[in-house]
Order: sequence, then C-alpha cells, then structure tokens
Amino acid sequence: MADSNHIIIESGDAVQPFTYSIGMHGSKFFTEIRDNRRFMGIRCPKCKKVYIPPRGVCGDCFVEMNDWVEVGPGGVIGTFTILRFAFIDPETGHQKPVPYGYGFIRLDGADTLFQHYISVEDEKKIRIGARVEPVFSMNPKGSIRDIEFFRVID
Amino acid sequence: MGKRVAIVGTGQTFHKSHRPDVNGQELINEAVVRALQDADLKMKDIDAVVIGNMDHFEGINYVDCWSVDGSGGTMKPIIKLTTGGTTGCTVAIGGYHLVASGMFDKVLIIGWEKNSESDTTGAITTAFDPIWDRLVFAGAISGLAAEAQAYMARYGATDRDGARVSVRDRRHAMNNPHAQLRKEVALEEVLASPMLADPIHLLDVCPRTDGACAVIMASGELAEKIAPKPDWIWATAARHSYTYLGDADYGRLTSMREGAQEIWKKTGIKEPRKELDVIELYQPYSFGGLIWIEDMGIVGPGEAPQYIWDGNTDMGGELPINPSGGVISCNPIGATGLIRCAEAAMQVMGKAEGRQVPDVNFAFSTGFGGCWWTDMILHGRKKPK
Repeated sequence: MADSNHIIIESGDAVQPFTYSIGMHGSKFFTEIRDNRRFMGIRCPKCKKVYIPPRGVCGDCFVEMNDWVEVGPGGVIGTFTILRFAFIDPETGHQKPVPYGYGFIRLDGADTLFQHYISVEDEKKIRIGARVEPVFSMNPKGSIRDIEFFRVID
Repeated sequence: MGKRVAIVGTGQTFHKSHRPDVNGQELINEAVVRALQDADLKMKDIDAVVIGNMDHFEGINYVDCWSVDGSGGTMKPIIKLTTGGTTGCTVAIGGYHLVASGMFDKVLIIGWEKNSESDTTGAITTAFDPIWDRLVFAGAISGLAAEAQAYMARYGATDRDGARVSVRDRRHAMNNPHAQLRKEVALEEVLASPMLADPIHLLDVCPRTDGACAVIMASGELAEKIAPKPDWIWATAARHSYTYLGDADYGRLTSMREGAQEIWKKTGIKEPRKELDVIELYQPYSFGGLIWIEDMGIVGPGEAPQYIWDGNTDMGGELPINPSGGVISCNPIGATGLIRCAEAAMQVMGKAEGRQVPDVNFAFSTGFGGCWWTDMILHGRKKPK
C-alpha cells in the first residue's frame, strides 16, 4: 500500500508535536468506515478469534493474521460506564463534556470489544447486553470520529 | 537456580496529598534513609540501585539520573524500571532478580511519586493507544468502572458490596501513621459520596499522593546476618495480557489468575485462603477487592462479597487484607506497589507495629496497572529450600 493511502489523525485545534502511523490494518479499517460504513475485523487462523481493532498478530497464538471479516455494524453493550466527573482531555486540551457514556461494544461477529461513546439520552436503557447501533458522522474523514456514537435500539 | 533473597529493611515517607516542602530527590531520600536505618546499613554497603515511577507523571523523565544525590545512586550501578501502575512491584521483582543472579549482594529498591506535581489523568492517557483507546478514555477510572459493571452483571454483586471493601480499608488505615487518608467512613457515606463513573463513588477510589518507599534486599546468608528475621522472597510472577483496552475479559482479572496460579504451583500452596496469613493487595478501587481475590484463588467466582461481609478480611479475621489501609488510603503511584511489598515484608519481619497481624508465615503482595497488568510476590518467614 502506498504511503499516500495511510491516514493521519489530527488533534483539532490543539497543537501536538506528534504524528502517528495507523499502520496497514488500521488504515484499511478507517478507509472502510469512511467510504463504506463497514467495520472490518480480522480472524486468527489458529484460534479463530475475531479481533477488532484489526491488527497483524494474534497475541495468544503469536501468528500472523490476514483473514479479514466484516463485523457489526450492530452489536451489544459488553460493558460500560457513565463518566460524571469533569476532567481535561489531554487529546484536545479541553474539558471533556460530562456526563458521557463509555461503551465497550461487542459488534456482531467480533470476539473483542470496540470502545466508543454511547448516547446517554436515556440512561435507563444503558445496560450490559442492550443492543446498539452506530450513528455515523455526515462528514467522514477516516478516523474514530467518523462514528459519532452508538445508541441503544432496544 | 539463583541465590535465595530476603528483604532486610524497609522505609517510607509519611505520605501526604502535597509535599511542597521537598522536591523529588529529597522525597526519595527520606525513604532511602529510613530503609538504611531499618537494616542498620550505610549507603556504602549498597551494591546497586533499582528505581522507578510512572513515566511522564511529573513531566520529568530519567529519575535514575537526576535523583542520585537523594537515592544514593551516585557512582553506583543504577537502573530505572517503569511499567505503569505495577512499577512499584516491578522494581521489587527487578531487585530480586539482581540479587538472585549472584551479581549483587545488597540492592536498594526505590519507588516514588509526586502526584501533586502531575496531571494524573492526562499522564495516564499517554500510556494508551492514540488511535483506538483515547477517544472515550478517562484515566484509570473508566476501565475500572467497566470492570465493576461487568462483574456486578455477571455475579449479581452490588455497590454495597464494593462499599464494604472501602469501609474496611479506610478503617485499617487508622492503624497506619504513614497512610495519607486516615478517616473512618460508614457504608452509607461511601454510597452517598459523588458518583464519578458508574458504579464507582468518590469514596470507592484511591487518592493522589506524594510519597516514596525504599526496600533493601540481600542474598542468602548475608540477609540472615543483617536482619534477625528477614522476609524471604518465595516466588514472584508478572503478567501482561492485551494490546487494546477492548481486548480484556471485563469482570475477571486474567493476569491475576495466571500469575497467582504460577506462584501457588511453584511453592506448593494448595489452599491460599488457609495458607496465607495476610495480603497487601494493590487495590485502587473497592470492587477490585472483590474481583481480584477471586482470581487470586482465595474464594471462588462470585463468592468474594459474602466472604468479605463475614469479616474474614478484616483485622482479626481469617485472612486480613490491607492492614496498611491499602491503596484507597494512600497512592503515590510509582511507590504504591513497593509499599505493598514493604508492608508485607514488615508483617513477616514483625515490624508492622499497630497494624501487625499475629504470627505471619506467608504474606502476599501485588501490583496492578490500569492496563490490567498484575505482578505479585509471595513473602515467607522461613527460608525457602
């Protein structure tokens, strides 16, 4: 894959002296999210575990993975919390808006959990096992923010 | 097989939320001087130094270099080890390896932190993947809250069960003059304190602390000469388990289970609940006091709440946990794991004063990191064969 296909994450208004490579697997994941709204995981040829985020190596088996599989976009809440204390987000330099829902989402077909916001519009609906779906950004750029949040659909 | 190794002296600062009266190397020096006094040794007797704290915390790296005036590391072999929250336990394990190797007879081990000079949540965030982990991340507490939620859903535990652990540790801290927070709380006060991240209340979690701890280890026969009752290291284990935060098995601490099983197997311990006499658990929040002793094998999955409600882990109970008041009462992060090790050693050596558990044969100390890392040490009164 040519370098120009790799995606760069920016810090918004905040200036940080860091630029990070997402790598082959991350670039494919975010390209698929941006262009096709598809979540791509990767399966271990040995233990068959489906990882998201996708990566090159299964740590348990220590073997290379190349078997891409589509997962989600729906899933269930694997676990979660609701953050209620205010703190400065070191990624932006701004105070994180609280409360916010922090979801570990088990996307359909995946064995690991995908972290993202959960809408806290109706807190009572947020429970482990609740079905969720992603809400995509109308202005995708190829980053984790192309998904705005997940919402409970039960 | 390496040499046998024992702890022969420990020293701690009187930990506080804020120590503007000292800088980092002066804080470190307080603990080092106390450890040397405890072992009745001079700095010239020390062959090597291991030191560590949390990367980035004070925005000053290379503590191994800049602290030598206070640490005693001037013109001595000194290395830094840093593994996040587990650092304090890791430096102890690293020191143990140095002595066991036969290359060094007496090693000084130091952990320290000045949390008051740090943005703790901001600094912790730098330990996590910028692409996948940081968007929703909220420091140590978000992962812990997710663990507690998963445990409660899986086993039917409640926030009252968590609060009971906090009440225990805060009561125990009353016996420890070195603890930062020394105030008893009632169960209802824990539950009424502000909700930080469901289900964790303010009084369920650790504070931020300035403090340092130092431990001196010595090899075999030398240890028996230095200390009348040395604390023998029986076994150590360390486990890291995943790459991204979503990989963990929330509700279970896999690294604790696997590390503890290794230690019980190595040492022939069949029933840790009966054979251990005291545990100093790196438990930064109350629910960890439920979940992690199950993974340790003290009780079965889902059984910890009843075990703790029955008073078994209180002072005077079957297996007291955190006589020092634990991490909930005091958390100078880079020192925290080493304080667990030092407190366990003091229990074995009979030096734990007002928090002494009678007749300690085996003590267990652990380190924990927000990436679900665990490392651990089994301490014993008898010299291992």
